[in-house]
Amino acid sequence: MIREFGPNDIVYLLEAARWTVALALIAAVGGGILGVIVAVLRIVPFKPANWLAIGFINLIQGTPLLGQLFVFFFGLPLFHVVVDPWVAAALSLSIYASAFLGEIWRGSLQSVSPRQWEAGASLGLPYHQRLLHVILPQAIRIAVPPTVGFLVQLVKDTSLTALIGFVELTRESQILSNSTYAPLQVYGVAALIYFVICFALTRLSQRLERTPHAAR
Amino acid sequence: MSYNFRFSALLPYTDEIVRGVVLTLQLSVITMSIGLVIGLFVALARTGSIPVLRGAATTYVEAIRNTPLLVQLLIVFFGLPHLGIRFDANTAAVVALSINLGAYCGEILRAGLQSIRTSQVEAGRSLGLTAGQTFRHVVLFQAVKAVYPALTSQFVLLLLATSVVSAIGATELFSEASFIDSRTYRSFETYSLITAAYLVLTLTFRALFAVVWQLVFVRRSRSR
Amino acid sequence: MPLVEVSDIHKSFGVVEVLKGISLTVDKGEIVAVIGRSGSGKSTMLRCLNGLEKVQAGRIVVAGTEVTSPDADLNRLRQQAGMVFQSYNLFPHLSVERNITLALTLVRKMKLPAAREIAKEMVARVGLADKLGAYPDELSGGQQQRVAIARSLAMQPTLMLFDEITSALDPELVGEVLRVLEGVAKDGMTMMLVTHEMNFAKNVADRVIFMHEGRIHEDGPARQTLVEPRTAELRSFLSAVLH
Ligand SMILES: Nc1ncnc2c1ncn2[C@@H]1O[C@H](COP(=O)(O)OP(=O)(O)OP(=O)(O)O)[C@@H](O)[C@H]1O
Ligand SMILES: [Mg+2]
Repeated sequence: MIREFGPNDIVYLLEAARWTVALALIAAVGGGILGVIVAVLRIVPFKPANWLAIGFINLIQGTPLLGQLFVFFFGLPLFHVVVDPWVAAALSLSIYASAFLGEIWRGSLQSVSPRQWEAGASLGLPYHQRLLHVILPQAIRIAVPPTVGFLVQLVKDTSLTALIGFVELTRESQILSNSTYAPLQVYGVAALIYFVICFALTRLSQRLERTPHAAR
Repeated sequence: MSYNFRFSALLPYTDEIVRGVVLTLQLSVITMSIGLVIGLFVALARTGSIPVLRGAATTYVEAIRNTPLLVQLLIVFFGLPHLGIRFDANTAAVVALSINLGAYCGEILRAGLQSIRTSQVEAGRSLGLTAGQTFRHVVLFQAVKAVYPALTSQFVLLLLATSVVSAIGATELFSEASFIDSRTYRSFETYSLITAAYLVLTLTFRALFAVVWQLVFVRRSRSR
Repeated sequence: MPLVEVSDIHKSFGVVEVLKGISLTVDKGEIVAVIGRSGSGKSTMLRCLNGLEKVQAGRIVVAGTEVTSPDADLNRLRQQAGMVFQSYNLFPHLSVERNITLALTLVRKMKLPAAREIAKEMVARVGLADKLGAYPDELSGGQQQRVAIARSLAMQPTLMLFDEITSALDPELVGEVLRVLEGVAKDGMTMMLVTHEMNFAKNVADRVIFMHEGRIHEDGPARQTLVEPRTAELRSFLSAVLH
């Protein structure tokens, strides 16, 4: 049954956008936790751990997220995990995010000059205090803008979960587009919602990039 | 674990996979070319002195970069026909991907152009080169060199992103997956294999880009 | 007992031997200027003294700590042997005051108010009393280097190592840093400083060590060594730096 595109549809889209945001948040948190592990494995002075991390990063960054989503969606049931697009989407996006966040954070950590380590050492600071008080605060400042930048990417990437049937903003748009036959309006509004979320994050990351007293 | 993995079930579909790879390569290369040209114009507009063009380019870049490719694709394929602009699925894919890539290339090239110091332009002009010659031979070469890594990783991202166009029924590697899946009912094996095929493609592209870097930028700057 | 005892240390980076058997002693209160061509191993030697570089052979004892022993407590040693670098290496994310109090509170376990008192005293000593709240990127190079000296001094080391601390500075800023160094010297601090400022070495140092190709080529009283070099290498080095 075909009906007109109306204000109600905008409400539906906004409601669906909550799932977009929720999924992005879960992936950011899950990916953040895994990302720390990836970054650590990547820098510890133990070659097999480094290789493992590098292999993982290349695998995730070298294959399409869409493919990863399908592999999880069809693969999880084989391991007797419930077939649910929500689970597949959250897990898959977290793993995807971890490869990118891990690399961003490793890069930030390593971009703090080794001289800062030496300066800390020369004051008698033990290793963990050098890391905690000298290196990490600087690394975090360096890491924040690209991390927020990646979150923009992540929000946009959640749209792909529509294709494994997870009902978020894009999937809801497809459904409404079919029932209203007003794709231009429906997708236009969806794009606008994405834009508002992403643009706000982009602006935030640009502002964070201008924090004073960052490492030279 | 009771499931029997049978990748051999996919063997009869080698032709489909090869065809998918070729289609994806075609799609990627066409899109990269168009996207690069769009990007160049966008970068020129954004660094230029005409406010209208600058504003239009900025709006375009922000609109594209802050919305998902899939939604852009759906707008082009399902939305534009309502304005009388009609494409078949494969053309819509090229259009949407190029518009998308153009915005990212534009940003990257803009950064490249802005990294070239005015002294380089002055040096070119003072040797008697025209503005156009200075741009082509002095500025552009160095700008592209400065952003080559960013540009090529964007290309790799595009290669991966082409998989999305299967959503509107365009034909490429990922759409072959759903075809094979529908015949074999071996979803997990099919999608694992197709996903792995992309890994081969990205590794190949990265290697190619590295070779081009060596040939075009490293050798040239050493011999000069 | 000497404060610094170095016996026959050898140090290589890969296949390149940079220190080829260095021995020296420094007494308490002595001010030693280390000079020599670029690449002669001056920085490397200094960095070995506080354990930033590991030696392949030889023995180093600084302020009673055997640096070269595998279980040396380097963090304790480094509180005894402060080091100031060519590139200042202030912590950019911390104010001048926090740069100074950080190690006092974390390493010395001082209460913050007490540490801040020391910070105040130290910045006054290097002539920057008004910059306590400033951040490194708000200071000139000379001011940053003076803060770095204050930061090191605050730990009350028994020995201070300075590695070309004026080399990165604009010429007009060198004087202010050298004056601070002179003040520190007058207060009786034991100092080893790598420097290209020959006048400063002549006037402030007690002793000059000339390094050449990874060895100590000359070692003697500052004025005498610089005015009447015994070896051709030092003579040619001096004529090169003094034009
Ligand atoms: N971390 C390192 N790895 C490899 N080689 C090094 C390292 N540090 C120093 N070297 C080499 O050791 C030699 C001595 O270096 P050092 O920095 O001690 O010289 P220097 O006398 O301080 O010179 P300068 O006046 O230029 O500071 C040089 O040839 C240098 O290239
Ligand atoms: Mg040196």
